Amino acid sequence: MTRPISKTVNVPVADGDGERYTLKMGPQHPATHGVLRVDLELDGETIIKCSPQVGYLHRGFDKIAENRTYAQSLILTDRLDYIAAMANNVGYCVAVEKLLGISVPLRAKYIRTIVCEMSRIASHLLWLATHALDIGAMTVFLYCFREREVMLDLFEELCGARLTFSYPRIGGVRQDVTRSFIDVLQQFVAEFPVHIGEYETLIDTNRIWLKRTVGIGVLSAAEALELGLTGACLRGSGVDYDIRKHRPYDAYDLVDFEVPLSNDGDIYARYRCRMEELHQSARIIQQCIDQLPPGPIISEDAPDLVMPLQGQRKVEAGSSTYGTGLIRLLEEHGQYPVGDIYVSTEVPKGELGFYFISDGSGRPYRMHVRSPSFIHIGALPALAEGSMIADLIANIGTLDVVLGECDR
Amino acid sequence: MNISLLGIVGYLVGIAALVGLNAVILVWLERKVAGHMQFRLGPMEVGPHGILQTLADGIKLVSKQLVIPDEADKPLFLLAPIVSLVPIFAAMVPLPFSETVQAWELNIGLLLIIALGLLNTLGILLAGWGSNNKYALLGGARAVAQILAYKIPLLICVMTIIMMTGSFSLRDIAIAQKDTWNVLYQPILFIVYIITVTLETNRSPFDFSEAESELVAGFHTEYSGMGFSLFFLAEYSYMFIAAGLATVLFLGGWHGPWLPGVAWTLIKIYSIIFLMMWFRWTFPRVRIDQMLSFGWKILLPLSLINFIITAGVLAL
Repeated sequence: MTRPISKTVNVPVADGDGERYTLKMGPQHPATHGVLRVDLELDGETIIKCSPQVGYLHRGFDKIAENRTYAQSLILTDRLDYIAAMANNVGYCVAVEKLLGISVPLRAKYIRTIVCEMSRIASHLLWLATHALDIGAMTVFLYCFREREVMLDLFEELCGARLTFSYPRIGGVRQDVTRSFIDVLQQFVAEFPVHIGEYETLIDTNRIWLKRTVGIGVLSAAEALELGLTGACLRGSGVDYDIRKHRPYDAYDLVDFEVPLSNDGDIYARYRCRMEELHQSARIIQQCIDQLPPGPIISEDAPDLVMPLQGQRKVEAGSSTYGTGLIRLLEEHGQYPVGDIYVSTEVPKGELGFYFISDGSGRPYRMHVRSPSFIHIGALPALAEGSMIADLIANIGTLDVVLGECDR
Repeated sequence: MNISLLGIVGYLVGIAALVGLNAVILVWLERKVAGHMQFRLGPMEVGPHGILQTLADGIKLVSKQLVIPDEADKPLFLLAPIVSLVPIFAAMVPLPFSETVQAWELNIGLLLIIALGLLNTLGILLAGWGSNNKYALLGGARAVAQILAYKIPLLICVMTIIMMTGSFSLRDIAIAQKDTWNVLYQPILFIVYIITVTLETNRSPFDFSEAESELVAGFHTEYSGMGFSLFFLAEYSYMFIAAGLATVLFLGGWHGPWLPGVAWTLIKIYSIIFLMMWFRWTFPRVRIDQMLSFGWKILLPLSLINFIITAGVLAL
């Protein structure tokens, strides 16, 4: 398999007589989105060789999970992609539910879909903010943070946390949405397209922005597939692949939305895809609010982490052995199936997959997280080699990586 | 013309006050402009509407330790901020604020300012080289690479105005615009001038030599405390001079109704500075090679054609 060669060679590649030098960009660098280090071999400002170095944030989640019950590992997923923790939580829960064969009540499905899309909005806003900041447009940053703040406030109202939520539960969600939550969200969703227009006025047709993004970091559909890209990076190259559409989970098959595509495969195409996704997210949230059915928010089979299901299973002092689903499931080994399973969901960054090998013990024998950021960073050399330092920064931004998820 | 010692001392004190005051106002203004463009308030705590914030920051910067990296080229490292700032004092000499308020009427005033403007790049190069830091070196190299791309169009701009007026003296140029400002004759040239001085002052969208998302802080990566603030002072003073030059060359200097000349000059200067701040907070950054090709392929031919047409019109 040959590595795809980027088509971005729009600056003369070094003729060999220039003096080359190395530059270790990061891990302390304003534009490497965390602790990414990129070892660059440069000729002037042209990148001859680019090799990303990851692992500065490695915490060994895959291993830690082996020593915890399925319910306990939920909090680890908060720390994967901390920009969109809610989507990771949901992804993990969907995977474990599939493993354990738990069916989720419809209301919980809708609430999860809402929070997933809110999370996508929050994540894409942060992506746009930092991507524009990397390319030098500073004001977009605060425009985006203004709306992102509304999302975080709503999350805080929903579950008390702004960053690491652990709100969804295996089998449902922790708490029901409140009236005021729905009201604020409804208002936000109605106004949001106007705000998207505001970001676009700053950069969408700005000649400098176009110069920096159009035709830069081009990946054809075949190259993008070969590199294993998912999410907007893949859809920007024209491949119609969205797990929400093709392997629907939660309430995604009950709502109507489009998957934005672009055939250009450059930074601008990926930018446009994500901007359209913001519109679609708002649309999905609106539909979910309209359709939100009454009913329970968590399945009765749910292995709850701390809180017993209020009103349904009582915890009595002294006899709490079977008080919580967690302990119940732990004790009754037979409830855990044996085998392996891979379940993926569409998080803002791309395809987040969880692979479990279950030996029936109540703890995963092996858990593997397929994190989109890790795979996307692998595409960086293909995008950046032959281009300039300024393009490297734009390319890191367009891949939308979060190092917490990459290093795990 | 007599030059008395007292006059020189008086001039130096006056310029130092002007440079300092200008920086204080501009840093505050930049934050306020940025704040209001970004739905923020900007500084609000120190003094009414944060007007004293810059002073507080200045005191902080002065009291900070001057860190010199071990591997740095010490003399160059220390010299760089000074080389950047000192030409300011000389460059302000021929700038007329009104018909009577001018430090010294020089018959080659325009040439002096343009020449001294080049020293800023030297300061950046020294800082980039002396810091012994790859980001700083890249910043310094960028500053040198861009200098030819903008200096030539800038010089052609200035030459066109000189050709129209027939004098190198800024005062004469301003007086010549008593009835009609040059910007009405030369709108394209005015745009070229604004672009080139944005480049000269290293302001966004052309802030290549500091480009914080690419080069951390570019040429001043290793500077802290006073070294850093001298660069800052130099940047804002160059902005002032560039805007002052634009006022004299294109906007009729001190000419304007009702208000006294000095007031008109300052209004015009700060309007242009506001324009440059506006650029900074709304435009993304151009890539360095795109800027170079823009300078050579668009700015230079444009200003040259404009020069030839102007010459032709004047000959008729």
